[in-house]
Amino acid sequence: MQEIVIPLLIVFVGLAVILGVASGLIWLERRLLALWQDRYGPNRVGPFGLLQVLADVIKILMKEDWIPPFADRPVFIIAPAITVVTTLMSFAVIAIAAGITVVDLGIGVLFFLAMSSLGVYSLVLGGWSSNDKYSLLGGLRAAAQMLSYELFMGLSLMGVVMLAGSFNLRDIVEAQRRLWFCVPQIVGLCVFFVAGLAETHRLPLDLPEADNELVAGYHSEYSSMKFGMFFLGEYIGITLISALITTFFFGGWLGPWLPDVVWFFIKTMAFVCLFIALRASLLRPRYDQLMSLAWKLMLPLALLNLIITGGVLLARR
Amino acid sequence: MISLVRVIWRVLLHTFHRRVTIQYPEQKPRLKPRWRGRIILSRDPDGGERCVACYLCAVVCPVECIALQATEDESGRRYPEFFRINFSRCIFCGYCEEACPTYAIQLTPDFEMSEYKRENLVYEKEDLLISGPGKYPDYNYYRVAGLSIAGKDKGQAEDEDPPVDLHTLMP
Repeated sequence: MQEIVIPLLIVFVGLAVILGVASGLIWLERRLLALWQDRYGPNRVGPFGLLQVLADVIKILMKEDWIPPFADRPVFIIAPAITVVTTLMSFAVIAIAAGITVVDLGIGVLFFLAMSSLGVYSLVLGGWSSNDKYSLLGGLRAAAQMLSYELFMGLSLMGVVMLAGSFNLRDIVEAQRRLWFCVPQIVGLCVFFVAGLAETHRLPLDLPEADNELVAGYHSEYSSMKFGMFFLGEYIGITLISALITTFFFGGWLGPWLPDVVWFFIKTMAFVCLFIALRASLLRPRYDQLMSLAWKLMLPLALLNLIITGGVLLARR
Repeated sequence: MISLVRVIWRVLLHTFHRRVTIQYPEQKPRLKPRWRGRIILSRDPDGGERCVACYLCAVVCPVECIALQATEDESGRRYPEFFRINFSRCIFCGYCEEACPTYAIQLTPDFEMSEYKRENLVYEKEDLLISGPGKYPDYNYYRVAGLSIAGKDKGQAEDEDPPVDLHTLMP
């Protein structure tokens, strides 16, 4: 009985928390962006404007769900679901605290990389099936951007995997008891962070959306909750990448005094705020700059980091 | 690379800056005296209507939101029979105030005039007319104009010479 109830509890409580956090991020992002632009942001609905999220959800559910007649209907409908499903699936392998995880997967890192690769389909299919040139351009950019960044995202994590000697996320956290991997793997951290920005297509690297040149890119034909799903996927993605940075480089749930779960939450939220700060401050690069950053700087850096980490580990043995 | 970090740092410093938003319904904005808001019709210091129904405001109005009809009272003073401003069309450009030869029509620093029904934005004369002289407290058109009305003949206005009989004006 207990071996069925506890995993189910973890799944549903986890799902509720993740979805709650993801929608809360909309409020957090608007308030933080406002703070850094010397404004207030939503502060009318409920205490501190917290119920704004609820109002937004009600609004977006009430809206007309319009599918353009020129769109490829089945693909158009499936595309927004893919991004939410794949990002939620990645959460399955994350260890929130010692023993609190949905599946204690031996190949957790690989599973996450596989899921984030699948997430690209959402944008590409969404942009393609919309049958609109801006959406298609957005989809094309998404494909190129996310595939190039996918490459060294995996490579940047291999240093961590080598140090921990395991692909399991719980083992990786446990291996950081003495020293967080952000110190020996500082290059890996930087590369992973940039790759994470590109994977979640957040603002400095949001070329698939690029509101002012592609009119919202791959989701410009989407309305109502389908559009909401893309956004939900994006915010879950931010939470996921922040949670993974915490897990891989900042010792996951490890920390003094406070309970494990609280430490994990605090660290994750700190990175979410960093993501939002980047949105508030940095400009979007040109497309060729984005690509040359990926292939000419980030990939060599990740490889170099991999070689040096491997060399040091061999020398120590 | 360093410039990126500096940009992020400077944005984060904005956490401690004062916010510029005016929290409107609780906190009212300070409007300048020349602010172009709700249009009013002012009166003479004596309490008479300043508007002489010359139609200049209606002519100059770019959106044609002003409608009026001139008439004359028994003393010879012209005044508008009705004066209507459709504020759902008004763009608050202030041209009517510029055009007005008698300082009758004036724009005031007030913008809180929203309505639930569009028809309620059509202001009639009794909505527009105020009891005071507005921005020009001492100005009285009929006291400086050369027009003769009941109680004031030609030559009796301020700084006006008495009329000259042209037939006796010989060199």
